[in-house]
Amino acid sequence: MLISVASGKGGTGKTTIAANLAWAASTLEPVTFLDCDVEEPDSHFYIKPEWLGEEGVCIPVPVVDASRCDGCGKCAEFCRYNALAAIKGDVLIFEELCHGCGGCALVCPFKCITYADRRIGIVREGARGGIHLYQGLLDIGEPVAVPVLKRVKERQAGEGLSIVDCPPGTSCPMVNAISGSDYCILVTEPSPFGRHDLNLAHRAASELGVPHGVLINRSSPNDAVIDDYCDEEGLQILGGIPFSRELAEACSRGELRTETDKTWSWRFLKILEEVKKACLLSLPS
Amino acid sequence: MPAQLTVLSGKGGTGKTTVAASFLSLAGGAVAADCDVDAPNLHLLLDPTLVSSEPFEGAMVAHIDPEKCVKCTICEEACPFGAIKDLMVDPYSCEGCGVCELLCLDGAARLVPEITGDLFVSETRFGPLAHALLRPGGEASGKLVTRVKEAASRLAGERGLGLVIVDGSPGIGCPVIASVAGSDLILAVAEPTLSGLWGLERIHGVAKHFGVKMAVCVNKDDINPEIAEQVRRYCSEAQLQVLGEVPFDEEVNQATMNGEVLVERYDGPAANALKTLWEQTMALLESVKTKI
Repeated sequence: MLISVASGKGGTGKTTIAANLAWAASTLEPVTFLDCDVEEPDSHFYIKPEWLGEEGVCIPVPVVDASRCDGCGKCAEFCRYNALAAIKGDVLIFEELCHGCGGCALVCPFKCITYADRRIGIVREGARGGIHLYQGLLDIGEPVAVPVLKRVKERQAGEGLSIVDCPPGTSCPMVNAISGSDYCILVTEPSPFGRHDLNLAHRAASELGVPHGVLINRSSPNDAVIDDYCDEEGLQILGGIPFSRELAEACSRGELRTETDKTWSWRFLKILEEVKKACLLSLPS
Repeated sequence: MPAQLTVLSGKGGTGKTTVAASFLSLAGGAVAADCDVDAPNLHLLLDPTLVSSEPFEGAMVAHIDPEKCVKCTICEEACPFGAIKDLMVDPYSCEGCGVCELLCLDGAARLVPEITGDLFVSETRFGPLAHALLRPGGEASGKLVTRVKEAASRLAGERGLGLVIVDGSPGIGCPVIASVAGSDLILAVAEPTLSGLWGLERIHGVAKHFGVKMAVCVNKDDINPEIAEQVRRYCSEAQLQVLGEVPFDEEVNQATMNGEVLVERYDGPAANALKTLWEQTMALLESVKTKI
């Protein structure tokens, strides 16, 4: 089972919730944690894994054999990403812009373009307790996060429970992170920002056909701003995590409340149960 | 060219929009650019009136014409992104490279421009606002950020305003890199948490990579004094100026809940800290500009 934890707005508590959920679940079954927020991954502060290894994530980039190139510029003409430019008979390559599609080699009449791997990030692997963590880390200065994120997702546990910690926003990285999930938990906070970005995330999940529900973080006695929205949209509210300064301070130190406090563990297991129920209900009959 | 101040954070939710909105109020005449194009929030505080909007053709997407397709499946086999299955294109996986179009002998696979978002210009009580909204899963968020910044620059020129305040997006990837380009100064809003510090280090890496001056504001400075100290130590070692420390203040939450700009309505510790931060930031921006 693949459960993703997403939000439109950043800083709503995705990682806190994903990590606590994973810890609570790991008392019952092994959990694979997939940190797909590869631009700002921070699950390791909570999971505190023993690192087991890492692998580079590379994308192919073109290399031009200048001795055979006559500077015709067909490659540059083809490239949709402006990663190649033919200037005065020379081909310049802008590696950061390359998506690695291979089209330039296909169109080259002299077959003088080959490919070399260029590293854009890493995936590291770690474990603690019943949690196995895979975390993607995009290299500084690299614009394209999706290939790193996809590599992390390939580490999904087949039958067992995998939890995906998603990047914020609703653009290509977020959509790639939630796609294929059995269920997506949308974390929000009771503020106009939270509501606005929940709406965007709800639209993204709906378009992908991923079943989803809402978890209100920093919940207050009056969450009308979110409750009303969920009512209007017919969105299920899975639960709420009340606001407390102690919790905020625990988070700042990367403490998992589910690790030290049975009530929190129970609370997150209830949320997981709600998610599993909702998954069963959303299965096509 | 107007000066460009870009508010960023690396980690999300540290208070970029709160800072940017208060700065716009204190500036008394600056152009606002909301460059968080996939989850924009600045407009929620500025109560804008929409002046114009235009669709943004951000990407090319493959399309297979079933009338012309002879089901040879060359496109499926050749697609480097695995975006074609059963001769249907998954628009979220398609990166618009055109390899299918190149190889299709029957003219069935073609790239067509796709509207991936909208670009807006609005008017607010503080001045003009350039903003945008990317459609879910939209490609080319970096290009849309560049369009927002171009619109902001143009508005500054038309109105004779010397400053563009950019509210950036979280992360370090393509939209952030597009926001950083052309900035005179980055103000990073950091939280004293382990992930806030890590986010700060990573965004500082981006600023250095692109050679843009960066300074720091520590938000909710008192929530964890120990990590706040680590943040200050990092800044001093990395020669990053800390321009202000904003204390945790219930008024910030209240202002956000009511859709208000903090310094406009409140006078508590956070609002006062933001006013001092603004003066410090302007002084630094001034010195950066004169150096150029």
